[in-house]
Amino acid sequence: MNTREIIKNGLWDQNIVFSQLLGMCPTMAVTTSGTNGLGMGLATTVVLVGANILISSIRDFVSPQVRIPVYIVVIATLVTLVDMSLNAWMHDLYRVLGLFIALIVVNCAVLGRAESFASRSTVLASALDGLCMGLGFTVALTGIGLIRELIGMGTLFNQASLLLGPRFAFLEMKVFPDYGGVLMMVLPPAGFLVLGLLLATKRLVERRAAASVTSGAAALAVENATGCH
Amino acid sequence: MNLNQLQPPTAPHSLSANSVSRIMLTVLATLVPATTFGFWLYGWPALFLWIITVLAALLGEAACLKLAGNNALPTLSDGSALVTGWLLALSLPPWAPWWIGAVGGLFATMLAKQVFGGLGYNLFNPAMVARVFLLISFPVQMTVWIAPMPITSAAAPGFHDGLLIFLGNIPKPDAIASASLLGFAKTELSRGTDLLHSLVGSAYGISLAGARAGSLGETASLLIAAGGLVLLTLRIIAWHIPVSMIAGIAIPALVANAIDPARYLDVTSHLLSGGAMLGAFYIATDYVTSPNSKAGQLVFGFGCGFLTYVIRTWGGYPEGVAFAVLVLNACTPVIDRYLKPRILGRNWRGAPLDPAVERAKS
Repeated sequence: MNTREIIKNGLWDQNIVFSQLLGMCPTMAVTTSGTNGLGMGLATTVVLVGANILISSIRDFVSPQVRIPVYIVVIATLVTLVDMSLNAWMHDLYRVLGLFIALIVVNCAVLGRAESFASRSTVLASALDGLCMGLGFTVALTGIGLIRELIGMGTLFNQASLLLGPRFAFLEMKVFPDYGGVLMMVLPPAGFLVLGLLLATKRLVERRAAASVTSGAAALAVENATGCH
Repeated sequence: MNLNQLQPPTAPHSLSANSVSRIMLTVLATLVPATTFGFWLYGWPALFLWIITVLAALLGEAACLKLAGNNALPTLSDGSALVTGWLLALSLPPWAPWWIGAVGGLFATMLAKQVFGGLGYNLFNPAMVARVFLLISFPVQMTVWIAPMPITSAAAPGFHDGLLIFLGNIPKPDAIASASLLGFAKTELSRGTDLLHSLVGSAYGISLAGARAGSLGETASLLIAAGGLVLLTLRIIAWHIPVSMIAGIAIPALVANAIDPARYLDVTSHLLSGGAMLGAFYIATDYVTSPNSKAGQLVFGFGCGFLTYVIRTWGGYPEGVAFAVLVLNACTPVIDRYLKPRILGRNWRGAPLDPAVERAKS
């Protein structure tokens, strides 16, 4: 698999949220604002890259029979490190995301990449795959978060300075002054609503793109794995 | 293919004049008296709100059909979107600002109905999904009720003032803001005043004529019920759901009120307040989202009523018809699974009937 394909898969074709429909738990739970989505996405990216590198480098020593427990231990260790680091250095964000950081362990996407990519690829390719998958996940979470935040509270990147430091306070925007807010959009049901509408949009874009490619055989098949949680 | 080929040529199929649009138009016709009464009671803003809600529902439906590449006109003219918008409008506070009706109408037909595939495929009653969405999203606007002031009275806003209220430009004078009976009872109870004291001498006593604060279709409970009875006699709806839903509210209300009248509202108030009548006759009876078998409908209706009572009495919201109907909508597939209609020629367990035994019985 070449580099271009890995990048394209991670960001669009096999996007964790929009194509694989994995990691639905954080997708629904933490996307109440752009900042939360970004924080969660970046934390997951760190774990994905780390787990992919480690698992790819030990892939020749791990027998198939014990691979799942080994992968889980590696992932859990990394998640614990991320969890403690966030608690130490970004405590305010940690108080918002706390529970969900620990839950990255059971995010299917991480184990999924370990199983389907890192366990059969070189270290470098795995690192790139982890990075692109993580960035795709981050973009998806941030996008859903921004839409919900904009409609729900009329702001963008609220409290971004907590995550990225005071220098990024310029990101924080109040788009609609005197906005009453739409409470539903920051409650869980809106996570499903926004995700569903974005999924439909992605399909539409892909269908348009496929239709514009004249040779039907070259049209990209939209493969979708089923979600696990 | 020739359409005639699709029609079965011989009996046992009989054709009737019934069609989706005929049913929907009959439903609308029976809603007219209650709606007109609501307009008279709450004036111009209520009329404007009704218009925009219905238009938004139609627009949402048309937009979705266009996006799906279908011709919008045949589906729009079946009247189902009109019914959805109308029922939603009846459940809104009559002086709500225009965008409440617009957002609600669009939400009802687009996200609660067309997303699932349109009429016949939706899991939940679209009007109630939209109402719950509005109630949770905009709790302030959705719980501002006004005391009725008939359109002919001097205090009522005229056409121009009504338009301003509808557009949300002038704040509602506090003097006419009011609480619905259920809301008032809940607030007073939470303040520690028992019902025997709070309801006596206040303007909140139940009024059969409907002159009290509430949603557009709430106060005309008797007219709604009369419309429902017409639907029953025209056999557009069956008695099972309305009767069991009313029983589901009335029985616990009767028992609780007999035990402690200071703590629990009486049966009449429960039945004539909120969406009880509208829910029992028009909303829970939605063909699409209610069970198929008669036994299933009885369970469904009783569940709606009982849950309504539970939410009203112990829940966080003063009114619970919309929530109750949605929860039971979700239960409908389960009810349908366990309470199936009997198959002709088979017993309830699905085993074939013995012809000899049946002949002996008849």
